[in-house]
Amino acid sequence: MTALPDAHGPKRSWWKSNQQALTPWLFLAPGIFMFAVYVIWPIYASFQFSFYDWDGLSPKKWVGWGNYQELWGDRNFIISLKNNIIWLVLYMLAVPAGLGIAIFLNQTVAGIRIYKSLFFFPFVISQVVVGLMFAWFYAPNFGLFFKLTEWLFGTGTAVLANPEYATYGIIVAGLWPQIAYCMILYLTGLNNVAPDQIEAARLDGAKGLKMLWYVVLPQLRPATFIAVVVTVIGALRSFDLVSIMTNGGPFGQTRVLSFYMYEKALSEYGYRMGYGAAIAVVLFLIMMVFIAGFVWKMVRDERGH
Amino acid sequence: MFPRPIAQRSHTAQWTYQALLPIALILWLLPLLGIAMTSIKPSSDLAAGNYFGLPSYIAWENYWSVLFDFDLWKYIRNSFYVTIPTVIGAVALSCLTGFALGIYKFRGNLLIFFMFVAGNFVPFQILMVPVRDLTLQLGIYNTPYALILFHIAFQTGFCTLFMRNFISALPRELIEAARVEGVAEWRIFWFVVLPLMKPAIAALSVLIFTFIWNDFFWATVLTTSAETRPVTAGLSSLNGQWVAAWHLVSAGSIVAALPPVAMFFLMQKHFIAGLTLGAVK
Amino acid sequence: MLRKPLGAGLALTLALLAGTSAIAQQRVLTFNTDTSDPAPKAAFEALIADFEAEYPDIDVQVNLFDHEGYKTAIRNFLTADSPDLANWYAGNRMKPFVDAGQFMDVSDVWADNNLNDQLASAESSMTIDGKQWGVPYTYYQWGMYYNKTLYEQVGAKVPETYDEFVENCKLFKDAGIDCLTTGTSAMWPAAGIFDYFNLRTNGYDFHMALTAGEVEWTDPRVRETFAQWNRLVEPGYITANAAAIDWQDAAALLSQGKAANYIMGNFAVATFKDGGMTDDTLGFFPFPTINPDVARAEDAPTDTVHIPAGAKNPEDAKTFLAFLARPDVQTKLNTALGQLPVNNQSTVDEADPFLSQGFTMLSEASGLAQFFDRDAPAEMAASGMEGFQEFMAYPGNLDDILGRLESDRQRIYK
Repeated sequence: MTALPDAHGPKRSWWKSNQQALTPWLFLAPGIFMFAVYVIWPIYASFQFSFYDWDGLSPKKWVGWGNYQELWGDRNFIISLKNNIIWLVLYMLAVPAGLGIAIFLNQTVAGIRIYKSLFFFPFVISQVVVGLMFAWFYAPNFGLFFKLTEWLFGTGTAVLANPEYATYGIIVAGLWPQIAYCMILYLTGLNNVAPDQIEAARLDGAKGLKMLWYVVLPQLRPATFIAVVVTVIGALRSFDLVSIMTNGGPFGQTRVLSFYMYEKALSEYGYRMGYGAAIAVVLFLIMMVFIAGFVWKMVRDERGH
Repeated sequence: MFPRPIAQRSHTAQWTYQALLPIALILWLLPLLGIAMTSIKPSSDLAAGNYFGLPSYIAWENYWSVLFDFDLWKYIRNSFYVTIPTVIGAVALSCLTGFALGIYKFRGNLLIFFMFVAGNFVPFQILMVPVRDLTLQLGIYNTPYALILFHIAFQTGFCTLFMRNFISALPRELIEAARVEGVAEWRIFWFVVLPLMKPAIAALSVLIFTFIWNDFFWATVLTTSAETRPVTAGLSSLNGQWVAAWHLVSAGSIVAALPPVAMFFLMQKHFIAGLTLGAVK
Repeated sequence: MLRKPLGAGLALTLALLAGTSAIAQQRVLTFNTDTSDPAPKAAFEALIADFEAEYPDIDVQVNLFDHEGYKTAIRNFLTADSPDLANWYAGNRMKPFVDAGQFMDVSDVWADNNLNDQLASAESSMTIDGKQWGVPYTYYQWGMYYNKTLYEQVGAKVPETYDEFVENCKLFKDAGIDCLTTGTSAMWPAAGIFDYFNLRTNGYDFHMALTAGEVEWTDPRVRETFAQWNRLVEPGYITANAAAIDWQDAAALLSQGKAANYIMGNFAVATFKDGGMTDDTLGFFPFPTINPDVARAEDAPTDTVHIPAGAKNPEDAKTFLAFLARPDVQTKLNTALGQLPVNNQSTVDEADPFLSQGFTMLSEASGLAQFFDRDAPAEMAASGMEGFQEFMAYPGNLDDILGRLESDRQRIYK
């Protein structure tokens, strides 16, 4: 605690009277400093970069709105944007699927705890490994999925080589850990559902889906909120799987904004830092819509306490 | 309880449920089981087209080869170099920020809190170019410090959210009592609050360990060589060498996944407590 | 601010790590390479061992990168954490680094070692602004590798002309064999195919003009190139799902007898042989003639080693380049690589049928192209290869593809 003045020094009384006001700031200082340097400032700097043309080697060149104008006519940008929307929509399936599995597992039979942890554990695995697993699963000619489709339809489908299916194939891989995440949120939520309300509803004759919709779900609202938040964020952050499973291919049809940004800014044929920054700004603004919504709700809850 | 406990249902229902559990689990973990099986197959099995059957013998040498012939152990080591200091740093910083935001009422408290919360949700790409540039200027590009400093800073967002919520749920009487006795604020933090935060620290450590271990994006952006790359990025570059060698890819994947998985099973309670804090208030 | 303590900490860590190799006073030379495939890896290990034996006071430390990842990594380490030596490619591919001052002028190495004479064939592709920026150590031919057993099985003859090649494809198709295989997951193999169709249809000068951005992609001559290519695509003579296959996987299809031909660079011979092929079952022929009026030109990319401008030990690095340029060193290195030495006083392994065929083919060629992604600027190369990949899966999209490439051309070559 070297940051605090010497307790025996002449300013002692001043310190004593202001201690309560100053302490929080001293405690916050290192965290705020790091956060400002590595998160807040870079956001501002990216906005700035997006108005330049820069290859990372030579001096920067001011191009004004040029990068954004180019984005508008960039087919690959439009594809990425479209895929991001597909991701967002389909990723939401993780929430009901997680709830379904949670309800399925919310029992007290022998060994259920082990089942719960095994169902959860895809979430613990790195997305790189998940990507490799599913790449193997989908592999042309010998992948399990390929064989399965071959057995069912006569010709196998190489999911990741097909521009129409590849994005969906990647999303399925992403859903796997995401469902596990939502499941664990709901399992904890179900644990805290008030038993007396359930019993009361049961006496009133509520059952099954009705019970779920009118009695259980309202009580699970906090869990649902967190599940939606992490799923939206997860969908927009989908970089790892795309990079590992298809590298944006076939012919760029599985790109998403997060990947396209990296590709333009840092990959073999890219190195347009300014253009990459402009893509990042667009992604950031999309994300901000959601972040603002989440934060607004959290602030409201906070004030309500 | 919802749904109705299975014990209250008919014997058939109970029996069906018990039978369904393992089937569902196997289906759920099918990709994982496939990879695990492939990882112990000798390459000759794959060459002979034995993709789904049992291995002709258990080829532990795949693991040996991956770890030592392809130096996967180095990437694992690098991951530890990055992950452990990050966990310590992020947890330490957020103990401080969490205490400040959870205990004191001052102007700007909520604003700062939500700055951390919002920052935590930001897409990585908006940070990429400047952070890479900053790292280059600090002279720590392609060193573990590049990743450690960034991860500490970024994770402080999530950790602060977590710690602050935990601390504000602590009984305030303890702190008020200490203040009445004239205990200095930092001593309140150190002797009164910190001991109560042990479960939160444990939960957060496990979580951050997993997050950082599994990070791929920053590992690719901030490190380039085998001497510094964490295992996620390492696995992706080895994957370029292991084309068509699925027994190696599988073994490598399993090894790379092992530390967080072990952490999860050892510290399960803390892990889940950490993940679901805030989900059930 | 943070630099000092961190630097010291890092140095300490490195010292601890390096504790095992306590050889004092050795000068260190760091070398970043992308030679991650087995054959090049072994060849470079031998090269470095020889160098260290000759210069015992220099310790070469190799950072091995995955071949594809290296192309990204080089940008980062050149500006950030420069090694003393780095692998790269000749021609347009090294131009951005030279323009940005990231490569060191090594004209003195050339002058002092008489390289302008010995490496004459590569001098132009290593020269920008009248200076040399690196040392080429190998080049290799591209062409058609084929499975001899399959040719015998269906009774096909090695084709001279493209018409004969297409005839053969019918035979292979009937036998359930892919006539031409490729794996374009990393995209560049598709560029090799395009290069040859364009070189054979329109010739070297046209090809160079196209990659230099002087010809429209919607030009009828470009369409003719794709029309020739389509004679393989439309009937399904090319391996399906190529876009999801790595080039090594496709090589396995050839060695396993599931595919008959593969347009590849000579480095792939090692991969075919790893897959069980021998000189008796693996064959090579130059890409067949499409337009008999067009003089034959070939793809022959040159690989190079450079000294980054930020090298910490440029003196020893130059010693290394001079060593690498030597005829005997290039002979040995290229024998191990299975490629052709650039130094004209080196000898080519006569016993290797692929090298001797390639050597003859290249010396008779009317022109040598580097490769699509080395002749065209990076961004054009990227969209071009994406287009080629798409064309092989959806030949019907050709108009759309060419329209996009043309609008990219107008933007990129501004």
